[in-house]
Amino acid sequence: MADAPKKRTTDIGPPHYEQFLPPAIKKNYGQWKYHEILRAGVMKHVAENGDAVYTVRAGGSRLMSIDKIRMICDLADKYADGHLRFTSRHNIEFMFTDEKKIDTLIADLKKIGHPVGGTGPSITSIVHTQGWVHCHSAATDASGIVKSVMDAVIGHFENMDLPAKCRIALACCLNMCGAVHCSDIAILGIHRRPPKINHDLLHKTCEIPNVVSACPTAAIKPTTVNGKPSVTVDEERCMFCANCYTVCPSMTLNNPLNDGVSIWIGGKVSNARHEPMFSKLAIPYIENNPPRWPEVVEAVVNIIDVWKNNARKYERIGEWIERIGWPNFFKLSGIEFGKMHIDDFKHAGLTFKRSAQLTY
Amino acid sequence: MADELPKTPMLDELEKGPWPSFVSEIKMAAKRSPASKDLLGILERSYQEKIGHWKHGGIVGVLGYGGGVIGRYCDVPQDFPNVAHFHTIRVNQPAGWYYKTDALRKICDIWEKRGSGMTNMHGSTGDIILLGTSTDQLEPIFEELTAIGFDLGGSGSDVRTPSCCLGKSRCEWACYDTMAACHDFTKNYQDELHRPAFPYKFKFKFSGCPNDCVASVARADMSIIGTWRDNIRIDQKAVGDYASAGVDVTKEIVNLCPAKCMDWDGKMLKIDNSTCRRCMHCINVMPKALRPGKDTGACILIGSKAPIVEGALLSSVIVPFIKMEPPYQEIRDLVERIWDLWCDEGKNRERIGEFIQRVGLGNFLEMIEVEPAAQMVAHPRENPYVFYEEYFEEGEEEAEN
Ligand code: SF4
Ligand code: SF4
Repeated sequence: MADAPKKRTTDIGPPHYEQFLPPAIKKNYGQWKYHEILRAGVMKHVAENGDAVYTVRAGGSRLMSIDKIRMICDLADKYADGHLRFTSRHNIEFMFTDEKKIDTLIADLKKIGHPVGGTGPSITSIVHTQGWVHCHSAATDASGIVKSVMDAVIGHFENMDLPAKCRIALACCLNMCGAVHCSDIAILGIHRRPPKINHDLLHKTCEIPNVVSACPTAAIKPTTVNGKPSVTVDEERCMFCANCYTVCPSMTLNNPLNDGVSIWIGGKVSNARHEPMFSKLAIPYIENNPPRWPEVVEAVVNIIDVWKNNARKYERIGEWIERIGWPNFFKLSGIEFGKMHIDDFKHAGLTFKRSAQLTY
Repeated sequence: MADELPKTPMLDELEKGPWPSFVSEIKMAAKRSPASKDLLGILERSYQEKIGHWKHGGIVGVLGYGGGVIGRYCDVPQDFPNVAHFHTIRVNQPAGWYYKTDALRKICDIWEKRGSGMTNMHGSTGDIILLGTSTDQLEPIFEELTAIGFDLGGSGSDVRTPSCCLGKSRCEWACYDTMAACHDFTKNYQDELHRPAFPYKFKFKFSGCPNDCVASVARADMSIIGTWRDNIRIDQKAVGDYASAGVDVTKEIVNLCPAKCMDWDGKMLKIDNSTCRRCMHCINVMPKALRPGKDTGACILIGSKAPIVEGALLSSVIVPFIKMEPPYQEIRDLVERIWDLWCDEGKNRERIGEFIQRVGLGNFLEMIEVEPAAQMVAHPRENPYVFYEEYFEEGEEEAEN
């Protein structure tokens, strides 16, 4: 801080959105009447006054270089008077009023490697977390699995060929920066061994009462090791949640021999038909297998195929399974059901089957 | 910087296939940025060893702010000195994620000069994420960002950057102006956003209708979801057009209505609006024929979160219906009553949803002065262990007379 304090601008908040709206969007703000999906990734919105706006939606990768952003800006300049937007799932949208631009824009997007789709009954871009690219607690990488899965299911991004929409999300640990717990398919990184405690460093890096209280199962107790204050973990109680690691870097959960991926299915957030619901465990553990995690890709493709071949129109994965029952899901998918599928945390009893309404 | 990129045989596998490749993105940035070059190297090592190489965030930031920058250091700085510091900056996105290219290009220019050139468009909460810079660059970046009209987003135990669906800007279903509300709340809570003073994080998400395109019910401490109180608007002729175009109205709409409140006789679609649950299915399937009513507003739900610490939660109803008009005074008053209570009584790292689980929804409502309503529960309690707070003693009745 050698410089004399300058007058700094603070707390201005984000720029006002209005200056960024495409003219036809600004003009018809709040006046939209209906929309149509013309084909995968192309929408037409019509206003009360008959104005029409076309939107082309391209898949993005969440991790983008400024070089790519500039290429996308070039396309927005060429096709949409310098306007663009991003969706909540990393897609890029261009909006304009001239229908004739659609095909050439799609061709130009293809040239820079971005497919168009992700509308209606399809798979759209996967929301995900940082993984090994930038996170300290990742049990797996995020971008690598996402890329590999999307390579395999891109047909369902570019074509609306599914019973309903399918939202896939990935979080690389239970912290779930991506809150994946209500997704049709959630890919979740998990740790599987209790924390390795660095007793030499712990008292310097962590506040012991915080570490003790961080544990949801009360597995952590204060102790003294080699004359230094530290903690012990009752390994039987540890559920590898890494809450302790979040508050204390000397309790390492990351472990290449045991870390991996679990798959959860049948969640949704929309209220359409069925109320929002959590995803449920389908596959407890798949080993990390970089660079392309073929076992994870295969598992996701299998779930999508079984759903696609058996569900009724408009049934999302969770709604379909609720109709046919989980035993039928396990039978149809060939996924083995075992002890790990049975909840044993709080409220576990509510998930037991409490009736004789069974399928065989 | 003309020297070659590191050898990355494993990552190179992820340049194959039709989906956009993040590896190609990092390689583009690495041509210019030594930090991105080391990012490639360290990531390749993680792929080889199946473990990450990042350490916990240290406390770094810009003057006067407690949030907006996530400190990040690698654990092998001797091998990858250019990512020894690799801090993340969260930049508050404009509502609805609309941009003009000149604004985006200016951000790119700052990031070319002062960072790795890698971004997330956008992060999970909604911010623009600038991925990877060193401590000495933070103040200059902040100064240059504010000069072009951008500010930092939230991190830590504060209001996290609010986000919203595009609402009335392009969606005929938006029951209130989500972008206006999101912008208004963001501007109004700048202090709470930049200076963490809560037990834990607090997220707002604004969705325009029950389709909930920003997943607010799963991902926001306060989920503000547009809805309507009056009748679904029906254009009977347009329903007929869908039917003649091949939509099986009985099978695809009437039978899938969760309230079983619809009837179609081949000519006329009838809806019993008193039992319609505002789920959106019928409207989603026939957008030209059905529309939300005109008496629109929002329902407010509270408390969703990911599993950390005590388990995942969905938000639950706290205000069944409210009109959404600026300055949203009633909601602000409610928010501030909730924050006061939670700051006084919440435990460290206890989200509002967990706080409510601990004290009980009934008690919570009393503490924030909200009347209970039947819409707040899926059903009344099944458990007969009821806490009554007062009882009579013999003779009390007489004493009162
Ligand atoms: S990982 Fe979770 S359960 Fe295990 S000791 Fe740490 S806090 Fe407790
Ligand atoms: S909105 Fe949902 S509940 Fe209401 S009539 Fe339509 S399908 Fe039925």
